[in-house]
Amino acid sequence: MLSNSPALPPLIYLLTGIFIPLAAWKWKKLSFWLALGATSAATFFSFFNLSQALSQGSVSYRFGGWIPPIGIEYVLDPLSGFVTSVINFIAFVVIIYAYRSVAQEIREFRWTPFYALVMLFLSGANGIIMTGDFFNLYVFLEIGSLSLYGLIALGDKKSPVAAFRYLIMGTVGGGFYLLGVGFTYLVTGSLNMGDVHHILFNLSPSPPLIVAMTLMLIGLGIKMAVFPLHGWLPDAYTHAPSAVSAIMAPIGTKIGAYAIARIFFFIFGVKLITQVIPAAQVLSWLSAIGIVYGSIMAMAQNEIKRMLAYSSIAQVGYIGLGLGLVSPYGFIGALLHILNHGLMKACLFLVAGNFRLKLGHSRIDRLDDSLRQSMPWSSAAFTVAALAMIGVPPTVGFFSKWYLALGTIETKNWLFLAVILISSLLNAVYFFRVIERMYFPSQKLTKASKNSFNEPKMGKREVSFSLLLPTLILALALVVVGFLNTWIVKTILMKALPAGL
Amino acid sequence: MSSWSTYQSWIPLLAILVSLAAVPLIILSSRRPNLREFWTIGAGVGKFALVFSLLPPLFQHRLAVLNLGEIVTGVPFALKADAVGVFFALIASFLWILTSFYSIGYVRGLSEHKQTRYFAYFAVCLSSTIGIAFSANLATFIIFYEILTIATYPLVIHKETEEAIRAGRKYLAYTLTAGVFLIAAATWTYLLTGSLDFIPGGLLQNTPLASQTAVTLFVLFMFGVGVKAAIMPLHSWLPTAMAAPTPVSALLHAVAVVKSGVFGVIRVSEFTFGPQLLKDYHLDSILLVGASATIILASFLALKEDNLKRRLAYSTVAHLSYIVLGVGLVSSAALLGGMLHLAFHATMKITLFFCAGAIYVHLHKEKVSELDGIGQAMPWTMGAFAVGSLGLVGLPPVNGWLSKWCLGWGSVTAERPLFLIVLILSGLLNAAYFFPIVYRAFFRPAKEKYSGEASPLMVVPLVITAGLSIFFGIFPDVGFKLFQLAKEAAILLFGGLR
Repeated sequence: MLSNSPALPPLIYLLTGIFIPLAAWKWKKLSFWLALGATSAATFFSFFNLSQALSQGSVSYRFGGWIPPIGIEYVLDPLSGFVTSVINFIAFVVIIYAYRSVAQEIREFRWTPFYALVMLFLSGANGIIMTGDFFNLYVFLEIGSLSLYGLIALGDKKSPVAAFRYLIMGTVGGGFYLLGVGFTYLVTGSLNMGDVHHILFNLSPSPPLIVAMTLMLIGLGIKMAVFPLHGWLPDAYTHAPSAVSAIMAPIGTKIGAYAIARIFFFIFGVKLITQVIPAAQVLSWLSAIGIVYGSIMAMAQNEIKRMLAYSSIAQVGYIGLGLGLVSPYGFIGALLHILNHGLMKACLFLVAGNFRLKLGHSRIDRLDDSLRQSMPWSSAAFTVAALAMIGVPPTVGFFSKWYLALGTIETKNWLFLAVILISSLLNAVYFFRVIERMYFPSQKLTKASKNSFNEPKMGKREVSFSLLLPTLILALALVVVGFLNTWIVKTILMKALPAGL
Repeated sequence: MSSWSTYQSWIPLLAILVSLAAVPLIILSSRRPNLREFWTIGAGVGKFALVFSLLPPLFQHRLAVLNLGEIVTGVPFALKADAVGVFFALIASFLWILTSFYSIGYVRGLSEHKQTRYFAYFAVCLSSTIGIAFSANLATFIIFYEILTIATYPLVIHKETEEAIRAGRKYLAYTLTAGVFLIAAATWTYLLTGSLDFIPGGLLQNTPLASQTAVTLFVLFMFGVGVKAAIMPLHSWLPTAMAAPTPVSALLHAVAVVKSGVFGVIRVSEFTFGPQLLKDYHLDSILLVGASATIILASFLALKEDNLKRRLAYSTVAHLSYIVLGVGLVSSAALLGGMLHLAFHATMKITLFFCAGAIYVHLHKEKVSELDGIGQAMPWTMGAFAVGSLGLVGLPPVNGWLSKWCLGWGSVTAERPLFLIVLILSGLLNAAYFFPIVYRAFFRPAKEKYSGEASPLMVVPLVITAGLSIFFGIFPDVGFKLFQLAKEAAILLFGGLR
């Protein structure tokens, strides 16, 4: 059993995803427990995998015993172990949250499909990370994306449109990636990543290879929501159900980022992406623009979830920028930010969900200081996560900023240094706008406009424990992981660096 | 120069944590104000005792150090209680005790809302201030520096009026921006040297630097620490932050927060760059020009300010730059003067703020022009105010003369007598903006009938700080051994006192 552990997380999810509709048709509640069991098992196995990868180095798992490049290979190394651990842990926490949030936001006959789709999405996510095969990655990409389209469409009235838009863009992205895989096959005659890496080592770069890399960068860039390929993201995050936003924001875009890191840095190699085509430079420049664009757009939003969506575009930019720097510190900063941003955004989206459940909305201009009385814990979690986004020590955001700053200075990219630091100030602007609303009596809000809000008052109390617990776990994790950052960097991330940095 | 040895000690960490540990206790006893304030006072006394216990080993040239593992790769979370740090920590922790008593009188006198939040964040602020004092490297320093930034915010906006919230925004805009400059400077330094330790004589002294790099790096650092040190043109958050309750202005905006900035200037100039580099790359002229301009301009701005607290704020801006001037002169005597001013300005300015608060609570007056004749009603308060004013002008026996004397001495030994003129001119300007207040209070007839003094909880602390100001002016070395500590620091950095 344990020798199969690299393959287990995606398989557990896949099987649970198929099993849920069968088993839970009669007992709806069972679907939640199955999902919870699957996420906790997957979390356990991915932590186990990570420790294996750290102690034994890279492990190659062969499906069905077929020898690569003929068979499909899963590669467990510190990088894939780290990212699966991150996403499965966050998924586990968010699934706890989903129990009540789904019960209140989604109609009963859709509960089972919801959990089944989440399982399939997570299966896709884990598969993308673990696989060592270009085509297998495409399959998991489509599994993950297709279930995500369905999940988004479970949201509010406008969600089908958002889902359709994502479907169009996501399919185009998948198509670009597949074309890229085709061209790679044309050049190398192999689909196994390790094999391709070896073949390319002795091959001088040819036009088809350049086309392949360009197509893959665009395709995965859409999944990662790199500026200007981010168009699908704001609507999708805003209109999806709270639990979906909270699972999609920390996991969805990170997988694109991971795939870019894996394929471009480990398979194509540093030389190809900096000297043959300026893929790294393009990625870092687009990311830098995305950071500024996302931050400014976030300032203009009046809906917390939408603000967080634009903020995600900016934060994904941090990861892209860190990767694009092609320096050890930049790479470490980017990987650390996958974890940090995952925790921060999940926490923030959970709080936004709490507001929606209790207040019936999450619009900034309608928040008032009654929140600090009625929802003190949610407000506190929001504040902690906001401080982390701004980068106040000892929360995680500070350390992302630190390593990314080291990376930009190391490579003498002063402009990017400025972008990273300015963006943390812009974060302060849009988060303190909300914090001020939550904590201080609003002077401008006149009595008349206050009365015109006829919201369903769903009680003045804090959300129930099963909603609060995941929120607080994540908020606490923001501080704990902050203290652990050196350990994470030294024991995991330093071993996850690609050759040639 | 005798050699220094180090020893492992948890005392610096405990001194930081003691007020942090009081925070949950303060919050839990929010319904029992007396118990709640007991925790604050207890933490204050404990903190001071811990800091004080570091003194005897220090004079035997033994440094308390603590290394708690890496906080970012390559840089440990480390504390070190050296002479400069203990000096700052002593002043901050001692004045916190007095301020706590005063705060009780103040918030109860005004029946302020959210008193628990007020005391809780006050304790967090003091924790981070002591953390700043004891940081052994830049990364640790930045962490406490940023925590201080955030922990002060709830105190600035305490009143929750439109004005206070706007002041809070301005405060954050300035200080958070400063924070990112500091991160940029620190990460760059790390890449240059592979370390961030504070080393007497300068971390960068053995690193080959292009002149351009040195200047840019230094300017980045100065943007980082200069905001809290209120060096012009980075000062304008400070007068605005006077929207905070007066004890906050008194301790944080005259001692803890702003002095953390000045302390940062000392750490960066003397321990990261070092005196030699300051001279080699003419970085000292950046400090000198900034400080002199700030001293003169802020004094003029104070002259025209009618709001008492804002006048005091501009005076603080000017006096902070005295300390920066002491660093910029790059001479041991000037540094001694600067460090003494760090302590002595604290006792004097806190007195003045305490007086302003007592007047506000008791008589609800905020403007200088309304203070006619209040000296008869509040003789102790206004007497203390007169003492503080005399000290800031630089007249003996109040302690301000001593620090100014050393600064003047330093500007002569550094062969830069021009700055003597700055000091003298600023002394005159101080007289011009402080003496009219004293004159109005004692010699103008009262327009209304006033009755008595403010609550003893407020008057006693301010009389003590005024008394301390005189005491330190005559016996600068008794009790806290402030003079000797500052001398140790100056000798450590310059190899002798000249």
